[in-house]
Amino acid sequence: MGHATFEWVYVGVVIALLVYVGAASWDVERLLDHAPPESKVVKVFGQQWLWTFEHEDGRKEVGELHLTKGVPYRFEITSRDVNHAFNIPDLTVMMDAVPGRINTMWVMPDATGEFLIQCREFCGFSHYQMRAKLIVEEPDATNVAFEDAEEKYLPASSVVDAGDTARLS
Amino acid sequence: MVLEVKKPRAMWEILFSTHHTDIGLLYIILAITALMIGGALAIAIRSELFLPGNQGIIPDSNTFHRIFTTHGTNMLFLWLLPFAAGVGNYLIPIMVRYKDMAWPKLNATAFWMIPPAMAMVWLGMADFTWYASPPYSILKAPGPAAEMWIFGIKILGISSVLGAINFIVTILKMKHPDLPLMRTPLFVWATLVTSIMILVAIPTFAAALIMLYTDRLGVSGFFNPAMGGDPIAYQHLFWFTFHPEVYIFAIPAIGMMYELIPRFSRKPIFSYQSGVTAFVLLAIVGFASWAHHMYSTGMSFTEKTVFMIGTLAAVPASAMHVFNWTATMWGGRIRFRAPMSFAFGGLVLFFYAGAGGIVNTAMPLDFLTHDTYWVVGHFHLFVMGLITFAFIGMLHYLFPFITGRMYNERLAMISFWLLFAGSSVIFLTQHVLGLYGQPRRTFDYLPIEPLIIMNQISTVGAWINAAGAALLIGNLITSAIKGKPAKMNDPFELGEHYYDYTRREPHH
Repeated sequence: MGHATFEWVYVGVVIALLVYVGAASWDVERLLDHAPPESKVVKVFGQQWLWTFEHEDGRKEVGELHLTKGVPYRFEITSRDVNHAFNIPDLTVMMDAVPGRINTMWVMPDATGEFLIQCREFCGFSHYQMRAKLIVEEPDATNVAFEDAEEKYLPASSVVDAGDTARLS
Repeated sequence: MVLEVKKPRAMWEILFSTHHTDIGLLYIILAITALMIGGALAIAIRSELFLPGNQGIIPDSNTFHRIFTTHGTNMLFLWLLPFAAGVGNYLIPIMVRYKDMAWPKLNATAFWMIPPAMAMVWLGMADFTWYASPPYSILKAPGPAAEMWIFGIKILGISSVLGAINFIVTILKMKHPDLPLMRTPLFVWATLVTSIMILVAIPTFAAALIMLYTDRLGVSGFFNPAMGGDPIAYQHLFWFTFHPEVYIFAIPAIGMMYELIPRFSRKPIFSYQSGVTAFVLLAIVGFASWAHHMYSTGMSFTEKTVFMIGTLAAVPASAMHVFNWTATMWGGRIRFRAPMSFAFGGLVLFFYAGAGGIVNTAMPLDFLTHDTYWVVGHFHLFVMGLITFAFIGMLHYLFPFITGRMYNERLAMISFWLLFAGSSVIFLTQHVLGLYGQPRRTFDYLPIEPLIIMNQISTVGAWINAAGAALLIGNLITSAIKGKPAKMNDPFELGEHYYDYTRREPHH
């Protein structure tokens, strides 16, 4: 094979791989970006150097966040001073908290337990200690989970395979 | 100190010279100095992170922030940029067959702006990270340090714009009339493309720096939400300059690889045209991807998609370079002297870096890796792996040209293996740390087992790197003073023409 043919084949293979990566991530991100309309809103405030939360019913929490398993939540994230980033590593929640802006991200916890909440954007002296605790509880009488949540919020229709579902939930 | 073998010259003659090789020498000495002192800061950071809790190496988190800010600023603007300019000064006039740079005095001016800027960055030691993001940088960052950083970077920006203008004019106007641009070495193309990118990219951040400064003074509120400004606007301006800046750092290194790999493989370049095409493609597409640093700032789905496509579009160009190098080496009689080893090591680490970069580009995966140690490992594989390795390889290749002497090959090879092993260990481990969720720019981490183990491996890698760097600099300094005189026509016994070393004698 001549110089040019060989190189064009190689470039073609690279481009095909990139198109696959791009299409696959477009597909997943589409779901991540559009929160289900029934999801409960939790307002998240970052400030130097702690997290405060406000639920739909007006309950406020500092440094701890109680959520219910199987309920979709939409976080409305903002900051009271400098930039922060609201991050729950185990649930792949990651969104900057920017003063003057409200950023949203949604999640549906699928396991009970305690998870780490941390700040992932540099915010000053105690950035490394800016943590909070996420506590996911079993649904009880006051807080009912949607029974068919999985089917409802993760359209199995066309594009999402099992791997994506696990990541999304 | 005498730096020339044939004709010893006093230090001040070199300092006040406007000859391109003298300016090149000054650039390179300054850059190597910055590499070593910036590296010392990195060792301090890694040693502090060896165990969770305060190890006492860095007293508190504020000092830690000052150290990593200075480390980053120093390595990018005082090591990478000046070194590329230094090698360009040495080689560009020779490659385009002109007696000097187009404007020798402008050239000297551009160099002599760097030492005061370096003093400001180092004496100030700002604490707001190398990207100085508001509102922290305008509301909370302490005192003169921030202003000194802003003006230091400002001066460095002007210096690199002056240097870029000089390179463009030298290449396009002073090129020998018998030498078509398509016959010049690829390093000339690399410098030309880089210089044009500097002219396009730098002014944006120059404006943002002024806005940042007036915001700090309180007379404006461009980025201050309390005055109706928008911190995200700064990030757009910043990354519009500094994403192309990644290519401004990388393209000269790629050009140097094109000098080293064909010579030491003793084969012509596989495809000159594809090298030129890839340079030009990178330079254009490099401007279409800046906001991939900002996926998590709350961009809309459409914006994210557009910038993901822009980022992916830059990959084939880089892949073409890797292909070109590999195909050049294929079937060549490769001589693994130190310059070739560094170039090959750079190629390997470049591959890792590029593969990691595709993960960052994919939108959902970026939310896993963004602002974690993954990103630290990823971009260090570029700046340390590809760029610094190519630079160090080129430094060894130019060593006979600069000093007239040979370095010690055995020590150089030992330092290569130390640096290659060290860099792989540090930065590949940091990818894993990122997946465990350790945020970057943190003074301390949770005392859980995987984090401790990975941090310790990474720190040991840093110590290996420190040993390699110490050996490297020791070898270069002692060889410059009392190394064996080099065979100047073909110091590496490649059967190829070496650079025209008689050009080292200044003519004015």
